[in-house]
Amino acid sequence: MLEFFGTLTHNWDIFSRGFLTTLKLFLVGAVGSLVLGTALATMRVCPIPVLRGLGAAYVNTVRNTPLTLVFAFLVFAAPKLGLDIAFEPAAYLALTIYTGAFICETLRSGINTVPLGQGEAARALGMTFGQVLYLIVLPQAFRTVVPPLISMLNAMLKNTTVAAGFSVVEAGAIQAYLSERGENQIYTLLWITLGFLCFVVPLIILQRYLEQKWAVAR
Amino acid sequence: MISCKFASLVGVAALAFVAALGGCSKNSSAPGGSGGAAADPLTGTGDKCASSGVKLTPATDVKIEGSKTFDKIKAAGKVVVGVKFDQPNLGYKDADGKRCGFDVEIAQLVASRLGIDPAKIEYKEIPSTNRETAIKGGEVDYYVGTYSISDKRKNDVGFAGPYFIAGQDLLLRKDEAAITSKETLKGKKVCSATGSTPLQRVRDQKLTEDENISEFKTYSECVSQLLDKKVDAVTTDDAILKGFAAQSPAKLKVLGQPFGQEKYGIGVNKEDTAFRNAINDILEAVAKDGTWKKIYDGTLGLSGSTATQPPVDRY
Repeated sequence: MLEFFGTLTHNWDIFSRGFLTTLKLFLVGAVGSLVLGTALATMRVCPIPVLRGLGAAYVNTVRNTPLTLVFAFLVFAAPKLGLDIAFEPAAYLALTIYTGAFICETLRSGINTVPLGQGEAARALGMTFGQVLYLIVLPQAFRTVVPPLISMLNAMLKNTTVAAGFSVVEAGAIQAYLSERGENQIYTLLWITLGFLCFVVPLIILQRYLEQKWAVAR
Repeated sequence: MISCKFASLVGVAALAFVAALGGCSKNSSAPGGSGGAAADPLTGTGDKCASSGVKLTPATDVKIEGSKTFDKIKAAGKVVVGVKFDQPNLGYKDADGKRCGFDVEIAQLVASRLGIDPAKIEYKEIPSTNRETAIKGGEVDYYVGTYSISDKRKNDVGFAGPYFIAGQDLLLRKDEAAITSKETLKGKKVCSATGSTPLQRVRDQKLTEDENISEFKTYSECVSQLLDKKVDAVTTDDAILKGFAAQSPAKLKVLGQPFGQEKYGIGVNKEDTAFRNAINDILEAVAKDGTWKKIYDGTLGLSGSTATQPPVDRY
């Protein structure tokens, strides 16, 4: 038991550093992918066919590309094309590019639940496409997709561990450090799991809260 | 409409990304050519493997009393060896799937003296972080792959050897003039494998600032970053770095001022002392008959460095 706690206390430097970076990756990735996902969803329901096509092309390409490949492109291929992105911004970008596509589709499924009559009524009042979307449709869409949206963010939280392979020291890199320091691997992995639980539990609580608060009566 | 304009911007960015990705996959599927390993750091393929040419004939009537590992090897008629695959001249696998290097040949040497034909070795590529688990769990019979002997690791595994002593050094671009010793690393970007001892040493000795330290899973990824000028130095054991420098001598050089000392051992099951002793006997025998020297000269020695076999440390 003492050894189990020692694994955490003796290596607090790397644990705190790793999980702080994970938190940063998660927060930036969440905001970034929510913004990108909303923009993409707008494109996909927009009246301009070219934009709809572009949105669909982006989503279908990125959804079928492994996250590791997106990272590898930004870190190994981009410099060869003359694009110099530092490692941490590259991680933010990769997580946003990747998760954005999934958020877009989640949101689009929410948009589809909003009754057609709502949009028609709004247009009849003389609202533009932007107004219809951002004042009438999207608020209702967001409310409907709270559970899958939080699931997406939860998945992104775990996806942050991919960044360890691309020069960002986050929770996924802790194991490599502690293995080199000769710590017990099972204890290390247990502590990493517990660390992730500290992130996931608040997310679940947030989901419950928003679900109840924002429930749409139809 | 404003929102649509914004969306179109995103769309253009998306198209650019798709186009760039297409270009990327074309690059990485090209066969590793003139640039050696550095041409394709993701797969680690590069030039062809060449062995030292030392002939290894399996020994007959080998007996090791009370060794579970040896009994298992004997019963299976083959040996499972943990190795690395991305370290030129040490543990390497070429585009054709052939394995070569100093560590690989040491592994083959041990197998042959245990009575197993080196052709019957089953290689397992075990990354540094999984070594203890693989040895403890019996996934490999022994591990040969730049495995530094340390007291902490002795809690988990047993070490035969050392069979080689390396020192930490720096790999630099050929035209690098600002870095002349480890003390001149301040403000320079340094790369090494995630969590590795060389990296922790850079951190502990504050050779450079924390934000200037880059880390990747493999050294070949660091070398790629070095060639792209995103980092200024790659640090780890000189043996590994000399292998990379030998692959692209026009672009890379090794500083040649080793600091610290890494004793490479052969990782075995901690409880199996009989097996560990048997491998130590083999290492002492090859020191006497010159086989170690021949293997070294035909592999790591090609990098231009000389070395002598260290005495075995029986603990």
